[in-house]
Amino acid sequence: MADPRALYQEVILDHNRKPRNYGALEHASHHAEGDNPLCGDHISVSLDFDGERIGGIAFQGESCAICKASASMMTVNVKGKTRADAETLIQEFRDMATGKLDLNSHHHIGRLAVFAGVRDLPTRVKCAILPWHTLHAALNSVASISTEAEDDPMHASIGDA
Amino acid sequence: MTAIQTALKAPAAPAFDVERIRADFPILKLEIGGKPLVYLDNAASSQMPQPVINRLVRYQTTQHANVNRGVHYLSETATSAYEEARGKVQRFMNAREDREVIFTSGTTDAINLVMHGYGRKFIEPGDEIILTTLEHHSNIVPWQMLAEEKGAKIRVVPINDSGELLIDEYEKLFNARTKFVGITHVSNALGTINPVKRMIAFAHAHGVPVLVDGAQAVPHMKVDVQDLDCDFYAFSGHKLCGPTGIGVLYGNAALLERMQPFKGGGDMILSVTFEKTTYNTIPHKFEAGTPPIAAAIGLGAAIDYLSAIGMDAIGAHESDLLEYATEQMNRLRGVRIIGTAAKKAAVLSFAIDGVHPHDVGTLLNQDGIAVRTGHHCAQPVMQRFRVPATSRASFAFYNSMAEVEALITGIRTVQKVFA
Repeated sequence: MADPRALYQEVILDHNRKPRNYGALEHASHHAEGDNPLCGDHISVSLDFDGERIGGIAFQGESCAICKASASMMTVNVKGKTRADAETLIQEFRDMATGKLDLNSHHHIGRLAVFAGVRDLPTRVKCAILPWHTLHAALNSVASISTEAEDDPMHASIGDA
Repeated sequence: MTAIQTALKAPAAPAFDVERIRADFPILKLEIGGKPLVYLDNAASSQMPQPVINRLVRYQTTQHANVNRGVHYLSETATSAYEEARGKVQRFMNAREDREVIFTSGTTDAINLVMHGYGRKFIEPGDEIILTTLEHHSNIVPWQMLAEEKGAKIRVVPINDSGELLIDEYEKLFNARTKFVGITHVSNALGTINPVKRMIAFAHAHGVPVLVDGAQAVPHMKVDVQDLDCDFYAFSGHKLCGPTGIGVLYGNAALLERMQPFKGGGDMILSVTFEKTTYNTIPHKFEAGTPPIAAAIGLGAAIDYLSAIGMDAIGAHESDLLEYATEQMNRLRGVRIIGTAAKKAAVLSFAIDGVHPHDVGTLLNQDGIAVRTGHHCAQPVMQRFRVPATSRASFAFYNSMAEVEALITGIRTVQKVFA
């Protein structure tokens, strides 16, 4: 098992203290709300998205450090990306958080690898994934998602808060 | 020889030797990631001492068979051990008769039994059920289900900023439609000890029966159901150093006899034909199917263990732990204790400025410290204090002052990481 202390690395603490792209876009084309009712994490993602490319992205919400840092780094990573590239990154991030991604194989995770440690902390996986899941909803014009909803593609019972 | 037996033979020993008690709990010797375990999640579930583990092993290796059935040796042995456990619970709670003790799977199951057995039979449209803001979800949701089914109404006793029930408001809720009261004895999220005896007397003056959720009270103080004069009292074995899967519902015999069964099946009947079934007498009417025999016997052993130490001695030590922890935590800048009632059990819910409870829990875990983070299945309490969640340290009699200090040091580390 990786040292879970490694999860709270300086880069994560820095993004938690000074989240990038924090707030709401004035003329957002797409928007989604994400909730984790078990711990009260709430996050909203707004996009300037023409159907092809993510021109702008912002997020805001109340959450733990893991969720906030994940959201902040997500916005930095997907701004300017095409839908296909963003969806690939969403999938890879999710696979990494759940321990399914082989970090030695070809991937696009880059510095997001600092979140790899959550795979050893089952109760924290959803904290890291929530922003990505909300981005996925926004890209697909789904207004809101919950980590506990039956139709949630990432729905997995991993313990009560 | 266990520490307790040793302690009993040494009357001159200090009043409460926590190190000797700790030696009885094998799990407390664990290390978590190289750090000694500091287990402060006792309100969620307590740990099991060796004598209780031994009792389970003895039952399973030499006494197990189904109860109330066979005429063979093992069945009689198991039945007698199971009923002996019922007697231990009866004496522990000071119930009048052992038939007033019903074994359930836990507190939740016990409350659901009362909801189905009493509520569904006697609650009618327009009736009102009084609950409190401090209830665990297990003493809210069953009553909401009943209210929805019957067209009844839930009325809620508010709390003040310290987390104490407003008794004047409670008394004002009573009217001719009030038919049932459910109160927690001790708040699981805040530790508040409620004045249940006085609240029961008031309800009885209005002819209203009262259920007390004692899950967080029984492990920490002497509970006497006759003194409280409650109609129902529920608790869980696993918070009392016993096994999971066992709980108790104490019920006043006269009320239990008027109630309908909750679950149907074997053991709860006297005779069955397809035309008519005659139900068994209490407590068996409420114990359908094969009960958790081993767990009940384990609970009996846990009660023996706790009784040998003495609930008063347990309460006194825990009160010392709470006082010390409260004093130490109050000295930490940026840490707020949530729940500051004048009368509290050894529960400390707290918030650290700028740090989400989940981050607190994960970081404390790295120092081997187990606390609960989240809403504690008491979301109305969280809403009242406008927090999504808290971190909660809950103490047991086997916790030491050194562990309180480890918690305080752990919180300082969290604050440094997030500075």
